[in-house]
Amino acid sequence: MNHKKKLVLVGNGMAGIRTLEHLLKIAPGIYDITVFGAEPHPNYNRIMLSSVLAGGAGLQDIVINDWSWYEENHIRLFTGDPVTEIDTDKQQVTSRSGVCVPYDLLLLATGSNAFILPLSGANKEGVIGFRDIRDCETMMETAKTHKKAAVIGGGLLGLEAARGLLNLGMDVTVIHIHEHIMDRQLDEAASLMLRRELEEQGMNFLVNKRTAAITGRRRVEGLKFADGSELEADLIVMAVGITPDIELAVSAGIPVNRGIIVNDYMETGIPGIYAVGECAEHRGITYGLVAPLYEQGGVLAQRLAGMETPGYRGSVISTRLKVSGVDVFSAGCYKDEPGTRSLRYQDEIGGVYKKIVIKEEKLIGAVLFGDTSDGAKLFSLIKSGESIVGREKELLLGFHPGQSEANGSIMLEQMPDDEIVCGCNGVSKGDIGEAVAAGCRSLGEIKACTKASASCGGCKPLVEGLLQLYTGAETGELVKEGICGCTTLDREAIIGSIREMGLKSVKEVMNVLSWSEPEGCTKCRPALNYYLGMVWPLDYEDEKESRFTNERYHANIQKDGTYSVVPRIYGGVTSPADLKKIAAVAEKYNVPLVKFTGGQRLDLLGVKKEDLPGIWSELDMPSGHAYGKTLRTVKTCVGNTFCRFGTQDAMGMGIRLEKAFERMNAPAKVKLAVSGCPRNCAEATIKDLGVVAIDGGWGIYVGGNGGIKVRASELLCTVKTEDEVMEWTGAYLQYYREQANWGERTAHWVERVGLEAIKQALANAETRQELVSRIEETLSATTDPWREIIHDKELLKNFVQLPELNSVTE
Amino acid sequence: MEINTTTTSRIRVANLSDIDLQGARTVRIRNIEVALFRLSDGSVRALENRCPHKGGRLSEGMICGSAVHCPLHDWKIDLSSGQVQEPDTGCVTTFPTEIDRESGAVYIVI
Repeated sequence: MNHKKKLVLVGNGMAGIRTLEHLLKIAPGIYDITVFGAEPHPNYNRIMLSSVLAGGAGLQDIVINDWSWYEENHIRLFTGDPVTEIDTDKQQVTSRSGVCVPYDLLLLATGSNAFILPLSGANKEGVIGFRDIRDCETMMETAKTHKKAAVIGGGLLGLEAARGLLNLGMDVTVIHIHEHIMDRQLDEAASLMLRRELEEQGMNFLVNKRTAAITGRRRVEGLKFADGSELEADLIVMAVGITPDIELAVSAGIPVNRGIIVNDYMETGIPGIYAVGECAEHRGITYGLVAPLYEQGGVLAQRLAGMETPGYRGSVISTRLKVSGVDVFSAGCYKDEPGTRSLRYQDEIGGVYKKIVIKEEKLIGAVLFGDTSDGAKLFSLIKSGESIVGREKELLLGFHPGQSEANGSIMLEQMPDDEIVCGCNGVSKGDIGEAVAAGCRSLGEIKACTKASASCGGCKPLVEGLLQLYTGAETGELVKEGICGCTTLDREAIIGSIREMGLKSVKEVMNVLSWSEPEGCTKCRPALNYYLGMVWPLDYEDEKESRFTNERYHANIQKDGTYSVVPRIYGGVTSPADLKKIAAVAEKYNVPLVKFTGGQRLDLLGVKKEDLPGIWSELDMPSGHAYGKTLRTVKTCVGNTFCRFGTQDAMGMGIRLEKAFERMNAPAKVKLAVSGCPRNCAEATIKDLGVVAIDGGWGIYVGGNGGIKVRASELLCTVKTEDEVMEWTGAYLQYYREQANWGERTAHWVERVGLEAIKQALANAETRQELVSRIEETLSATTDPWREIIHDKELLKNFVQLPELNSVTE
Repeated sequence: MEINTTTTSRIRVANLSDIDLQGARTVRIRNIEVALFRLSDGSVRALENRCPHKGGRLSEGMICGSAVHCPLHDWKIDLSSGQVQEPDTGCVTTFPTEIDRESGAVYIVI
C-alpha cells in the first residue's frame, strides 16, 4: 500500500533531526521515515548541557522535539537502540535489539564521542567525557558524595564543564597542556584575562601539565603528571576533544578519513547514503559546533526534497563561551601572523579586551572579551571578505570620532543578498528582505517566519539592523526595543523562544537568551515570570522571588512599611456575619484605619507585616487580590433585584464573573463592573471590561480606564444571555493575557492594537471557545494565596523577625 | 557608654536555612533594624533596613544579582557596598557577616 520512499536516519541528535525538521517543512510527507537513536531520550539540545550543569535548566527542559513531535510527523522512533549493521547490498539496517528496516535513502548522523586520552587508568570508575545527558547525570550524582573534580582540557568544553562542576559545589581544577587556556580561540592577552576571571569565580588551573596516568583502585583517586607531580581527584572529566563516530560506517564499507567523507551535497561514497553533522568530513574538515551542522542539514534537506541547491561549501566558524558572568567571542584567525596587522583595545580595569586581525584590507579574525556585543557584526565582515579600509578603528571601538552612526546601515546595505545572516538556521539577508516584504514588522515575526536568530541569538543585532533598513525606508517605523535594559529582545521574541525552546524558568530564559544582567532587573523578572506562567499554565511553578513585594506577601505595602488587607467581597455584596467578623478582627489587631475602597470592598490599613497571617486566618475569607496584577473587583449596582429601573440581575452577573475569574494573573490589574441598566451606576464604562444591561440583553464594553488618563470604554459586542457574557469576557480576558505587554493596562493595549483587530480576533466562535478553554485551564491551577501561606511553615517564616540570639563583644 | 563606641560584637542572628535564596529576613539589633539578604550564590549580606530615599524597607525588595531594589520607588542598592546605584545617589550602612559552614550559623559583626 505504501509507495513512499523509505528514509532511515541513524542518530537522533541535533544534526539529523534538524535535517528532518527542514525536510518536513519544505517537502512534507514525501518519505516514510524511521529514526534510530542510541540514547534513551527524544531529540535534545546538546549545547545546552552546560546550562543543565550550571543549574539554569533541567534535563527535561532541553528536549527540542518531544515524543509527540515524532508521532505528529508519523516518524517511527527507536530510542536506546543503536543501529549495529548496515547491509548496503540489501539496503537495510539492523539495530542492536534486532530490528531490521529496509531503506531507499540512508542518512548517517552518528555524531561524535568524547575523546578519551589513552592513559593508564582511563577506564576507572569516575572518568567521563562531557558529551551527553548521562555524563551530566554522572557529574550531578558524583557531586553529592564527592568533593574534588579535575577537568582535563582547558578549551571551550572543559571550561563549561568546570563551571558546571563549580556550580554543583565541587572543588574544580582545570588541567591544560599548554600555557594558555582556550588557546585555540583566544590570544594570550584574552586568555589571561579569562583565566583571572575564572579564578575569581573559584576555578583552579594547572597549566603546562601533561597527564601521565590516572590512579586509584576501582574508582579514580587522582592524577599523575609527566613532571612527577600529583593531584587528588574523585571525578575526572576528559574534555580534550571529540572524535567522529564512524565505526558503523567503517564496518559497512563506507569511505572514511577522520570522519565519513561527504561531497558538497552531503553524499558519501555509496549512492543513497548521506552523512551530516559531527560524523561527517567535508573538504577535509570535521566540525564540532552547531552552526555548521545546521548549514549542512539545510543543504541535505533540500537535496532530499529534490530541490536545486548550490551545495555546502564549508563554514567559517565563531565561538562563544557559555559561562555565566564571562563573555568571550572569537572568530576566524585570531593570532598575529606574518602579513597580518592587528588593532587592540585592552582595558584591564573594566575587564574588556578587543582585537581585530586584518590581512590585505580585509578582516580575517576577531577576539572579544568582556564586551561581545560586536561579535555578530565582526563575524559577518569576516565571512563577507569585503574591504574594511578606513573603518578599522570604528570596528574596534564601535564608533568613529567625528562621524555619524550611519556606518552600520551602510554596511548592511552593501551586504550581498545571498550572505548568510543567521548561521544557525541558514537565513540570508535576502530571506529577511522577503520576510519584511511579506509583512513581518518585528524581530519576533521575522524569527517566526524565517527562524533567523531563533537559535543562539548571536545574529540578533544584524537582523534588527536589517529590519530597520528594510522598514525604515518604507514606513519609518522603528524597531521595537527590548523589554528592559537587560535584553534587546522584545516580548514577541521572548515568548516565541519560550514556546519554541520549551523554556521553563526565569533563569533559563535569561541564560539561553543571553541576558546582560545575569539575574535581570525589576522590569524583566516579573515580566518573564508572567510570560512563563501564561505560556505554561499547568507546568510552570510561579517564582515568588520574581514578584513585587505586594504579590510576594499578598498585601499592599504602604509608605510606612505597613500593609493593608482587603478580603474578597464578591460583587460588593456582603452579609452581617461577614461584617461582624471583619469588625472583630480589626478590633483585635488594633487596625488603625478601616475604609471602603473605590471598588466596594473593605480595606484594613496599617497592619504590621507579622500580623498579616493571623488576620488572614481569623478572617477566613479569600484574598481580594487588591495588591496584584490580577482581577481586582467586579463592581455592581443593585440591578433589577431592588432598583425600579434595573433591567437585569447586575449583582448576580457580577458575582458570577468574579467567582469565575478571581485569582486570574494578567499583564496588569483588571477591574470589571456590571450595571443593571444604561444609567450605569456601577460606572462600568470606565472599567477594563464593563457589562451594561439593556432590555433583553447585555452590552460588553472594553478598554476603559478611570486612572491617570480617563478613557471611556468602547462597545465590544451585545449579547443576549449571561452565558454569552461569560464566554465573551473569558475570551477577551485571555486574549489580553496572551497579547498584551507586561504592565500594559487594557486601555493602552486596546489603543495600541485597535478595537477592530480585537473584534476580528474574537468574532469566530471557535476561537472564542479555544480562548475560554485556555483561561479555564489557567484558572484551574490557582489557589488562594492567604490560605496557602497560613498553612505553610516555609512561607510563614518570612512574616516574622528573627530573634537576636547571642552576642560576643570583642 | 559613649566611650565604648569602637567595641564590636559578633552576634548570631540566623541559620542559613532561615533565609530563602534571593530572599531576606530582618533582625533588630540595638534599635537598628538589619536586613539579611541571601544571594543566589548562597552568600549573605547585612544592611540597615532603610532606603536612604524615603525609608523603604529594603528587606521587602526584589534581589537581582548583587543588588536589591527598594520596594517603594525602585532605587537600586548594591548589597556589598551599600552604595545606591545611578541615577540615584546615597549609601546604606552595611555590616560584615560570617557564616559557619558546618552549622550554617550566620553572624553579624556590629
